[in-house]
Amino acid sequence: MAAPGAGGTDVLNELVGQSYKYGFVTDIEADTAPKGLSEEIVRFISARKDEPEWLLSWRLKAYRHWLTMPEPTWAKVSFPPLDYQDAYYYSAPKNLPKLESLDDIDPEIKRTYDKLGIPLHEQQILAGVAVDAVFDSVSVATTFKKKLEEYGVIFCPISEAVQKHPELVRKYLGSVVPYTDNKHATLNSAVFTDGSFVYVPPGVRCPMELSTYFRINAAKTGQFERTLIIADRGSYVSYLEGCTAPMRDENQLHAAVVELVALDDAEIKYSTVQNWYPGDEQGRGGIFNFVTKRGACRGRNSKISWTQVETGSAITWKYPSCILQGDNSVGEFYSIAITNNYQQADTGTKMIHLGRNTRSRIISKGISAGHGQQTYRGLVRVAARAEGARNHTQCDSLLIGSTCGAHTVPYIESHNRSAVVEHEATTSRISDDQLFYCRQRGLTLEDAVALVVNGFCRDVLQQLPMEFAVEAQKLVGISLEGSVG
Amino acid sequence: MLEIRDLHATVNGKAILKGLTLTVGAGEVHAIMGPNGAGKSTLAYVLAGRDGYEVTGGDFLVDGRSLLDLAPEDRAQAGLFLAFQYPVEIPGVSNSTFLREAVNAQRRSRGEPDLDALQFVKLARQKMNSLGMTDEMLKRPVNVGFSGGEKKRNEVLQLAILEPKVAVMDETDSGLDVDALRTVARAVNALRAPKRSFLMITHYERLLEEIVPDRVHILADGRIVGSGGPELAREIERTGYAAYAAAAA
Repeated sequence: MAAPGAGGTDVLNELVGQSYKYGFVTDIEADTAPKGLSEEIVRFISARKDEPEWLLSWRLKAYRHWLTMPEPTWAKVSFPPLDYQDAYYYSAPKNLPKLESLDDIDPEIKRTYDKLGIPLHEQQILAGVAVDAVFDSVSVATTFKKKLEEYGVIFCPISEAVQKHPELVRKYLGSVVPYTDNKHATLNSAVFTDGSFVYVPPGVRCPMELSTYFRINAAKTGQFERTLIIADRGSYVSYLEGCTAPMRDENQLHAAVVELVALDDAEIKYSTVQNWYPGDEQGRGGIFNFVTKRGACRGRNSKISWTQVETGSAITWKYPSCILQGDNSVGEFYSIAITNNYQQADTGTKMIHLGRNTRSRIISKGISAGHGQQTYRGLVRVAARAEGARNHTQCDSLLIGSTCGAHTVPYIESHNRSAVVEHEATTSRISDDQLFYCRQRGLTLEDAVALVVNGFCRDVLQQLPMEFAVEAQKLVGISLEGSVG
Repeated sequence: MLEIRDLHATVNGKAILKGLTLTVGAGEVHAIMGPNGAGKSTLAYVLAGRDGYEVTGGDFLVDGRSLLDLAPEDRAQAGLFLAFQYPVEIPGVSNSTFLREAVNAQRRSRGEPDLDALQFVKLARQKMNSLGMTDEMLKRPVNVGFSGGEKKRNEVLQLAILEPKVAVMDETDSGLDVDALRTVARAVNALRAPKRSFLMITHYERLLEEIVPDRVHILADGRIVGSGGPELAREIERTGYAAYAAAAA
């Protein structure tokens, strides 16, 4: 287990260290690899994690392939070339500077916590305040862990799964996103440090939303996160990733990979709220979030549903997709993306219809304000054998102000005459009439914007797990502060 | 009480209100009538503080306090309500969410705690019952797909729930058939109260048969050019505005 911080007073570190045994913090010894990327670094990471030979060789294949790959340039985002040698690929969990109380944190961040309605003890943990009050998450985590064990659900860090369930990891890792997939995913395959692993056994309906409670640990997720979720025959799981609280990180490039596998009659619901640091109002700083998320509906009647609320990051490059292999399988993508100030987002989905009578549904709501630039990019492909495939896409953009942009780039490839593919798109502007009407009833301008935008996003917000939907609604308002008036 | 003192206002640089003076006492209902282009709707927007309606002189007060320098939401919180001639649609936002946000914004400005969802529904039901309305309207998105009559009833419902000191009703009768007009008028009559002032802006006398005003004013070319009792409205109905418009010119 991780070494606790120096001195017995560091309650936070202790708590974090303790909770490792419940599987939510990595077991990295405290040290850092030298800057830069090389085969040695890849070997170093693998060795640190005591990985079996097959995984090391997979990482190395990825690394060698990565060297040959060009940067993807097709997205409508612009940024200076990345210097891969000017970054650390392995470092121990950071010790945040310890603060005496919440009064010491950036008032701007405190205000956001309050607006989101985050409970006080979670605020303290998120902000890195030394907590001396007894904090009940450990006991709750124990209860949760027991319950999951009863049901046979495996939920642990992927590095732990490599040790304890190597047959599952080996069978499925890279089976949805191969190490050759794209430059960012390939880099992740070579150097990923941790992430979550979930396996739900046949016929089991996972008794709780996975990870909703563990928001605090989710706040420690790293730069190259790797998540693998397998829903065996007839099972169901709902997984929630991310955090509404604003998150900062020294690492500019984030390249996560998420792979989902749903077997016969299984269903996976994956929800994300992403609020990484977007840079300041002039567009300086901010995270580059280059993520590859893909789910395979391998079994008959399986279903994968992606819901995302993307409000953070300077640049978002992300296309959660579904490969509908099993007959009658269903893929869904519900998205809200907000770009304000100088944020750029190129996001959407791919629905690949391979099986018969496969169905997909896409609802994308893009909101652009300030100098934000946003692109919806979506592919719907129907293979020749996908008899009876159906897709419906609804893609709406809302513009606030006159200096932002919204773009819609749908790709439709149908190779089967019986397929029905529908695409609807709208672009609208938030109207002065609506804002004045709300203000005449007593709402402030900011509340009026939040209300109108939440109405615009309603179809997607209602897909989120209940408790998270409320916070997400508030987040929508907060993300657009200062965008009008 | 609403006091308007020598109010001048321009829209796009064009003078529309040219020295309008009017006092509506507490508990009173006054009607403003006038031909198209006289400045009736401008008056409503100027009072509510809409962007683009610039006050160039004069003042107006609600219960003795000038609202002229306040933002629209602060005027609303000070007790000014405008029933819109064309109520605005807000897709995806239920009427009950919208109304609860409004009520709570106003409660917060008075230092009162928010109503939770249950408390709000209770309040809304009680108001709707007293106005003879059913609560299915609460679940629908704000004004989306509402008939003309439903939109106006929704305005009156908001008035009932927000309990303003001054209610300005802009052409509440426009677009209503006789039955819808009666329903809305009944509701407004039920909301007359000793501390509330109503200013009814209208084209036609028809509404004033149902909501009998204490005073009727004729607005022409940005000024009040004649005032009288309810009989004045009937006279206008017979003779038209021509005589007043000529006097104003």
